Amino acid sequence: MICAEALQDYGLRALGIGERLLPQTDISLCQQIVLIGSGMMWNVYFGILALGFGFFFAVALAVAKASPARLIRKPAEWFIFIFRGSPLFIQFFMVYEAFVMLPRVGIEFTFLGVEIAAETRWFARAWLGALIVLFLNTSAYTAEIFYGALRNVPKGDLDAADAYGLSGWKRFRRITFPTTMRLAWPAYTNEAIFLFHATALVFFSSFPAFQQRGDALYYANYFADRTFNPFVPYPIVAFYFVVLTLLIILIFGRINVRLNRHLPNGQRTRLRIRPQLMR
Amino acid sequence: MFAFCTDPATLDPLRWFSCYLTNGAHFLFYQSFLVVFALLAVTAPVSLAFGFAAASASRSHILPVAWLGKLYTAMVRGVPDIVFFLFFILVLDQGIEYLRHQIACPEWAEEIRQGANFLVCPEARTPSSNAPQWVHEVYGFSLAVFTYAIVFGAFCGNVLYGAMRAVPHAQLETGAAYGMSRAQVFWRILVPQMWIYALPGLGNIWLILIKATPLLFLLGIEDIVYWARELGGSRNSVYQYPHPDWRFWYFLALLVFYLCLTRVSEIGLARLTGHLSRGQATAAGDTLRKAAT
Repeated sequence: MICAEALQDYGLRALGIGERLLPQTDISLCQQIVLIGSGMMWNVYFGILALGFGFFFAVALAVAKASPARLIRKPAEWFIFIFRGSPLFIQFFMVYEAFVMLPRVGIEFTFLGVEIAAETRWFARAWLGALIVLFLNTSAYTAEIFYGALRNVPKGDLDAADAYGLSGWKRFRRITFPTTMRLAWPAYTNEAIFLFHATALVFFSSFPAFQQRGDALYYANYFADRTFNPFVPYPIVAFYFVVLTLLIILIFGRINVRLNRHLPNGQRTRLRIRPQLMR
Repeated sequence: MFAFCTDPATLDPLRWFSCYLTNGAHFLFYQSFLVVFALLAVTAPVSLAFGFAAASASRSHILPVAWLGKLYTAMVRGVPDIVFFLFFILVLDQGIEYLRHQIACPEWAEEIRQGANFLVCPEARTPSSNAPQWVHEVYGFSLAVFTYAIVFGAFCGNVLYGAMRAVPHAQLETGAAYGMSRAQVFWRILVPQMWIYALPGLGNIWLILIKATPLLFLLGIEDIVYWARELGGSRNSVYQYPHPDWRFWYFLALLVFYLCLTRVSEIGLARLTGHLSRGQATAAGDTLRKAAT
């Protein structure tokens, strides 16, 4: 069958495995669906890693922003303002140019017994450079969400913690942090959806698609340019993203239920999905 | 610009920069900032109008109209906006040409879609191939504005629909009890009061709109991103002002520009919120009332 052929040729094309040339003429529907789906791997890769690393940095940033010490608070405030106040698109451009200017050096080191030759050139590649930008960006947005939640932790909970003799790190870990997560989770779900959508920008900013290994939108745009027919590739991308969004809502919804499991039904925070915002 | 700019190679750095930053290409760069403001100035009211229409339609008692409004506002959820940008700009372009084709040359026998080509008769080309350059530019810009308005109109529709539902229902019932018709209740009671509930959401959309303006570059407009890339690229000694790759510094300037724009907007929105809160049945309005007496 032709579809199986397309799957074999282009299923892993976004990773550089399979047919080298992209389809040129007589582009079939199968080829479009397979190739755009293959590009989705990049969107998922960027989204998961940026979100995963960003979470921990965001917690640190939020705590720093809530700190009474000026020296800790001010840098966090500025970091959040800069990354939330400017377009992600410009951030991509700027960081890319900065990485291109880096001197070309390579370092070799052994990690878990494996020799790794790391090069600064990697920073100018999308898989690392764009990931760093997305990581910093989502950290800033998430930190603002966590900061808001941190300030809304009920005072009674903290008083109760004091009464039980909890303080410092223990109080943070057992009382403040879980409540913050519970309060922040609905907004954080939106941020996650948001971030996955933002990954579509990567190959449209200055990061080049090395050997035409691009993300879903990169291939969709390629097909739209080739066939001059936007009505097929773009709805395919839209479909993939809707599925991805639903998947995120499902996973985050599960976590939300778990975070709220100790509360009576009426007091639980509901997920309100409003993923329509761009950065 | 300045008289001493005739031979830049001999100048000291300060004068060199004052000449460099005022040459012709840089003035085009500065003008492109006006494109950003023009886009903001046109898109904001148009998308607000789209959003208002969508929100009113969603509340309609005629089911198909309500569905249409809800479909429009739901359309942009779940899909990255950039997909819509790239999609609509092509669809609008082809749609306009197709319509003009149907009107201008109805007896055209050939297929419009021939494989990878989209061919309409020469009279339907928009803008026509012998039109001056500025027509092409204005046409491209209008398409971009319309694309923005469609996407952001859906965002606004969402916010306004929520705001309309947030107006206390008792107020509307009071209007009805005084014998007002549905239209009167809508225009005289609902619309004047909904803005304060809509403002946080609309403010958010405004900030997002600001941050979406660099995407004009993707729609093929010569905007600030285009010029920053053009001017920043390295120039060898053939050029009058040779310099290494300065694109980083140009983008840094754009970043600062957007940060300032965001900050100014935030301050403006805070003032507007205070202004609209006067006399409202909200906590902020109550605080204002107490402060006045």
